[in-house]
Amino acid sequence: MTTIEKTTDEVLQLASAHFKVPREQLRADDDFFKTLGINSLQALDLLTRLEQHFHIELPDYELQGVNDFRTLAERIQSRL
Amino acid sequence: MKTFSGKTLSWGAADGTIELVLDRAPCNEIGSATLGELEQFVAALGSLEKDSHALIISSARKEGFCAGADLRELYRRSQAMPAGKRLASVREFLERIHRVMNAIDSAALTTIAAVHGVTFGGGFELALTCDLIVADKMARFCFPELRLGLIPGFGGIPRLKRDLGNAVVRDLLLTGRSINASKAQSVGLVSQVTAEGDALRVARATAAQVNKFDRDTAAAAKRFIKPVPREDLRREIDIFCDLFTRPAVGAGLRKFVESTDALPYLP
Repeated sequence: MTTIEKTTDEVLQLASAHFKVPREQLRADDDFFKTLGINSLQALDLLTRLEQHFHIELPDYELQGVNDFRTLAERIQSRL
Repeated sequence: MKTFSGKTLSWGAADGTIELVLDRAPCNEIGSATLGELEQFVAALGSLEKDSHALIISSARKEGFCAGADLRELYRRSQAMPAGKRLASVREFLERIHRVMNAIDSAALTTIAAVHGVTFGGGFELALTCDLIVADKMARFCFPELRLGLIPGFGGIPRLKRDLGNAVVRDLLLTGRSINASKAQSVGLVSQVTAEGDALRVARATAAQVNKFDRDTAAAAKRFIKPVPREDLRREIDIFCDLFTRPAVGAGLRKFVESTDALPYLP
């Protein structure tokens, strides 16, 4: 079974690779809008990539108010 | 006119396929300029159709296919107008865009939307006029209109209802959530999902395939299986106009326009 730690790590890896931010600069509690320097369109892009990576469907209203990697990973974990 | 290059879009025809390319920053929002050029395109369709079997609609903007109606223009135009004239102006815009959408929907061609990225609101509605939707795997589809206190106004609900089960239509409409290309394919909205950046190539290959068949037979098949839902489209305009006069809509549009985000589409 996938743990929340593993899910969080995969989210950070994916964000790092796609947005070209070194993995060591990303922490679970970071605000991903600020750390990655992304707008809502790029957040949508991240959502699509996460859905594909984890083979899940994550309605965007479940991400309302979510701006840190850890909570994002928890939302994903609840769909695995 | 065989080729056209305007401020918001361009078109050309070659080897039996017409290509209409949307290209207006930031993401092909449909305002009066785009509408005017779409009307020119529809006027030219009659002569373009004679030598063609297929039409591909795509976007040159990397952000996506089309983010829908130009809400900033709609808000500013409404604000600049006496209150008593706003509704008539909105209705006129809707009547015009419906004529364009209906013409593309009923064209005697096989029509293909090649979509990527943001395919929201009026952009989704434009894609729904096409016979086939070929989607880049990064495409997302959404009807965000209820967030503004409105319903889709460019023919979205009747066309979505024509193509999909009512439960999926209600989900998309009433939650305003966006879905990705593979989900869209699983519910029957998208016919092919492609790798990133490959939707137009696949749409062209599909157009080359349909060009092998007799044009009149394809047109007859299309008339048989894809009727334009004209009565529901009329009702949609009426409902949109009824909703548009409510204060909540003005407040929703103002919030959208004043947002500092590049593309404030997420809830």
